[in-house]
Amino acid sequence: MKSERLDIRSSDDVVRVRQLTRTLAIEAGLSLVDQTKIITAASELARNTLDYGGGGVLLAELVEALGRRGVRLTFEDHGPGISDVEAALKDGFTSGKGMGLGLGGARRLSNEFSIQSKPGEGTKVAIARWK
Amino acid sequence: MAANTGTVVELVGSNEQTILPEWVDLQKKAGSLQTGRISEGELLSQSREFLHLLRDGLARGGTDASNPAYGPAKQLLADISRSRALQGFSPGETATFIFSLKQPLFNTLNRNTALSPAQASELTWSVTLLLDELGIFTLEVFQKSREEVIVRQQREIAELSTPVVKLWDGVLALPLIGTLDSQRTQVVMENLLQTIVETEAQIAIIDITGVPTVDTLTAQHLLKTVAAARLMGADCIISGIRPQIAQTMVHLGVELNVVSKATLADAFAVALDRTGRAVIKLRKTAAGSDKNLKPVEKGL
Repeated sequence: MKSERLDIRSSDDVVRVRQLTRTLAIEAGLSLVDQTKIITAASELARNTLDYGGGGVLLAELVEALGRRGVRLTFEDHGPGISDVEAALKDGFTSGKGMGLGLGGARRLSNEFSIQSKPGEGTKVAIARWK
Repeated sequence: MAANTGTVVELVGSNEQTILPEWVDLQKKAGSLQTGRISEGELLSQSREFLHLLRDGLARGGTDASNPAYGPAKQLLADISRSRALQGFSPGETATFIFSLKQPLFNTLNRNTALSPAQASELTWSVTLLLDELGIFTLEVFQKSREEVIVRQQREIAELSTPVVKLWDGVLALPLIGTLDSQRTQVVMENLLQTIVETEAQIAIIDITGVPTVDTLTAQHLLKTVAAARLMGADCIISGIRPQIAQTMVHLGVELNVVSKATLADAFAVALDRTGRAVIKLRKTAAGSDKNLKPVEKGL
């Protein structure tokens, strides 16, 4: 099915990520609430990729499984990585000056969530929201 | 077999009378005048001036476009490119100015029988490199000018879309529209704080009906604006939180420790109440059927 790549290098790209996610979410037939959830999660992860990963790439896919459609987003960067992923997922944790809710919030806003990170190598976060 | 740039200088200098019309003709054929954005006289004078500066550049800097001797020629190109970018020319139309000069120059080289074929081809090559480089330079300036236009427009949009309106004595409203990235939030915050001072407002209503996504950064910016307003002695009410945004914010874990209302009207009612005012109905309105209307009219 449809997939698209998007570089994340500036805060304008975060806006572009949201627009792309919205387009795909509408195409997947997600409800307005689900659209808003995945768009917000995408916004959080895109900003993490930019601010903490030093920029990266989004792979956005329209997916279908067992007759359900959905949107899957994979954010990948080659930044410093996260040394303690469990801690990073806790609310209020931040190594920057944000609220520390983005990563955990993105997990709560998605149906599927996976994160792989190695210090010094980068981080890969994938989320999906199904209809 | 030295690549004698002196030959090129001489050729360009002595053949200006043939190169110029040929060049301008080619530009016209390529449609440079069709859009009516510049006149023929303008095109002619730009072309003539550039040819002069190119000759000077060749005389002092050879065919190396990075030589400082090409400074004036590049300056002219930059001016032309910039003005064309603003006039709405396409990049192709702008680059045609330089690239269409190739043919007349090559024709001039070829017509010169004093050159051996090898010399002619070597000169052609170095002139090609020179013009290509100048062409790329033109496009770079063009691109940059367009980007400047976009940046300026972004700034204009940022300022236009954040008006602070006075709803009543001491009650301000700030209808936010679009993305709340950090730069715009700065403008919003400044506008709001300034207006609070000017109007001695006690309550500011921040309406986010027009904000499509509220993520943690947006929430953080909102909270900072609220905190700053509070320091100035004004309380904030946030309105226009749509159902899907409310649900999303709960999942995100964002807490807005601010009074919030679903609509601007509700927020305004709260604001009036806090400032000791209320909107009351003086009489029954005409809404409904005529039957309802008549007794009311009698009552008048």
